[in-house]
Amino acid sequence: MATVTYDHAQRMYPGADKPAVDDLNLEIADGEFLVLVGPSGCGKSTSLRMLAGLEEVTDGHIRIGDRDVTHLPPKERDIAMVFQNYALYPHMSVAENMAFSLKMAKVPKEERMERVKEAARLLDLEQYLERKPKALSGGQRQRVAMGRAIVRQPQVFCMDEPLSNLDAKLRVSTRTQIAALQQRLGVTTVYVTHDQVEAMTMGDRVAVLKDGILQQADTPLNLYDKPANLFVAGFIGSPAMNLLRAHNVDGHAKIGHVEVPIDRTAATKATGDITVGVRPEAWRIVGEGEGIPVKVSVVEELGADGFVYGSSGEEGVPDQVTIRIDGRRSHRKGETIYVTTDPTNVHVFDTESGARLS
Amino acid sequence: MRSTGGGLAWRTTRVVALALFAVYFFLPLLAMLDFSTRQLGTTGRTLDSWANLVTDPTISSSIVTSVLLAVLTTVLMLVLLVPTMIWVRLRVPQAGTLVEFLCLLPLTIPPLVIVVGISNVYAWVTYLLGDSALTLTFAYVVLVLPYAYRALDAALASVNVVTLAEAARSLGAGWTTVIVRIVLPNIWGGVLSAAYVSAALVLGEYTFASLLNFSTLPTVLGLLSKSDARTGVAGALAALLLATVLLLLLSAFARRRRTTKGA
Repeated sequence: MATVTYDHAQRMYPGADKPAVDDLNLEIADGEFLVLVGPSGCGKSTSLRMLAGLEEVTDGHIRIGDRDVTHLPPKERDIAMVFQNYALYPHMSVAENMAFSLKMAKVPKEERMERVKEAARLLDLEQYLERKPKALSGGQRQRVAMGRAIVRQPQVFCMDEPLSNLDAKLRVSTRTQIAALQQRLGVTTVYVTHDQVEAMTMGDRVAVLKDGILQQADTPLNLYDKPANLFVAGFIGSPAMNLLRAHNVDGHAKIGHVEVPIDRTAATKATGDITVGVRPEAWRIVGEGEGIPVKVSVVEELGADGFVYGSSGEEGVPDQVTIRIDGRRSHRKGETIYVTTDPTNVHVFDTESGARLS
Repeated sequence: MRSTGGGLAWRTTRVVALALFAVYFFLPLLAMLDFSTRQLGTTGRTLDSWANLVTDPTISSSIVTSVLLAVLTTVLMLVLLVPTMIWVRLRVPQAGTLVEFLCLLPLTIPPLVIVVGISNVYAWVTYLLGDSALTLTFAYVVLVLPYAYRALDAALASVNVVTLAEAARSLGAGWTTVIVRIVLPNIWGGVLSAAYVSAALVLGEYTFASLLNFSTLPTVLGLLSKSDARTGVAGALAALLLATVLLLLLSAFARRRRTTKGA
C-alpha cells in the first residue's frame, strides 16, 4: 500500500502551445479513493496515464510511496490499470487474462491459480474462467478487467473510465461494487471519470480538473458546499447550480432590479461585479412581487421532490433557472412564481476571476 | 421461412455460378494432366514426364532452389517486417505513412525496371556472397513487400494494438513480452497469410530469375517447355499443386492453433 504524490507534474505534448496537464500538485493518502473528474480534454486521463507511466512527465515528479517513479517504465511501478474498453487479451481465456501479471512476475503456477480463483470468487466469475473474452457480456468483461488488476495486488489501481461502456443500470450497480471492493482491499485508487455523479458517489475525495489545471480537490460534500470557483460550482451538482450575474450594492447582490442578501464578508471582499450561485434546493418560494419572478416552462415531478425549470426576465439571470420544489406542491406550466434565497445558502464569486468570495 | 421462395432462385444461381467457376478453374488443370501423361503415337498413358521431374538433376535441383528461396524469403520478410510494423504502430505512428509508401513502392515499379536497376547491385552481391541462386532472396524480399505489408497491416488494424500493449505494460510486461505474447498471437492470421503470399509469389517468379540468369523452377520450366513440352507442363502442374498443398497446410495450421488454444 502506498501514497501517491503529484509534485508540480506537467505533461507537454510536442508541438502543443500549452501543457495538457500543468503544475499538478496532489497528495493521495494510502488506501484513499481519489476521483479525477472534469469535462473531456481537461487532462484527467493524461494525469492518470502519467501515474501509470504510459505518458511522459515533462516536468515535476510523481511519487508512489517514497519512490520517485517519474521516469520508471510502467512495469516497474507496481500499479494495475483498468481501461475503458477493458483491453482484455482476445487470445487468452479469462483465467489466463487474470493470471497474466502473475506470469510476468514469475509467480509459481499453484499460487497463480490460487490467486486467480480467489479474485474470480470475489467478482463472481468462477464459472467463466475457461471462456474467451468475446464470449462474455459487457458487465462480465468489465469484471474480468477488474479481476486482472486485483490479482496483481498492486500498490495503486489506476482506473480510466471503467464504467463508460456499460448501460445505465449496470453502471449504477457496478459503481457501488467497485467502491465496496476498493474499501475491502484498501488499495490506493485513482479513478478517472467525466461523470460528476460517479465522482461524487465513489470518491473519498474528488479532484476537479479543467484545461489541464487542478481546480479543487476535496471531499464530495465540501465540493458541493464550498466550490472554490465558478467552474467547480457549475460542474458539481445535478441539476447544476444557478449562476446569476449581479452587482454588489451594500451587502446585497443586485440582480436586475431585485436585491438578494448575501454574506457580509463576501460583500466586503468583492471589488467588481459578482456572480451569485444558488443551488436548486436553496431557493425559497415567496409571495408575489417579493423575489425574482420565474416563468415556469417545465415541471418535473419525481415523487419525493420535484424540479421546476423556468426563465426570468431579470437581467443577469440565466436563460434557465432550476428550482427544487416539494414533490407534492404542484406548479403549472406558464405560471409565474417568485423566489428568493438566504445569505447562508448563497455562493458568491468574483465574476471576472471566478474565485469564491463567500 | 424465407428460404422457399427466393431461396430456390438463389440456390440455382449459386450452383450454376459454382459449376461455371469449377469448369473455368479445373478444365485447364485436367488438360494439363491429360497432356503431360499422354504417350506419343498411342492412346496409352505414361508417367515418364512426371518421373523426369525427379530424375532430371536440372529440374530437381531447381525445385529445391525454388523451395529454399520461398522459405528464406518468407523468413527474412517476416523477420524484417513484423517487428517493424508492430513497432511503428506502437511507438512511431507518424512514420506509418512513410513505411507504407516504402513497402508499396515495389508494386508501382515494373519488375523489369527493378531488375535493370538491381543488376548492378547484384554484381556486388555475387562478388561478396557467391553466385548461388539463393542470393535472389534479397530481391524477392523487396518484391513481396507490398503484398506482405497489406496482409500484416490488415491484421494489425483489426486489433487494438496500442491499448492491448498499454494494458500489458501496466501489468508488468516489457516490450519484448508485449510483442511476442500479446501482439503476435493476435495477428497470427495476418502473419500466416503474408507468409503464404510471399511463398507463392517466389515459387512463380520468372522475371528476376530469368534476367539475372538464375535457375529456379519457373526459369527451368520455361526452358523445358521449348525442348520437352510434356515435362514442362508436368512441372507447371506440380508447382501449382505444391502451392495448393502449402496453402492448405498453412490454413490447417492456423485453424489447429486456434482450436487447441481455445480448448
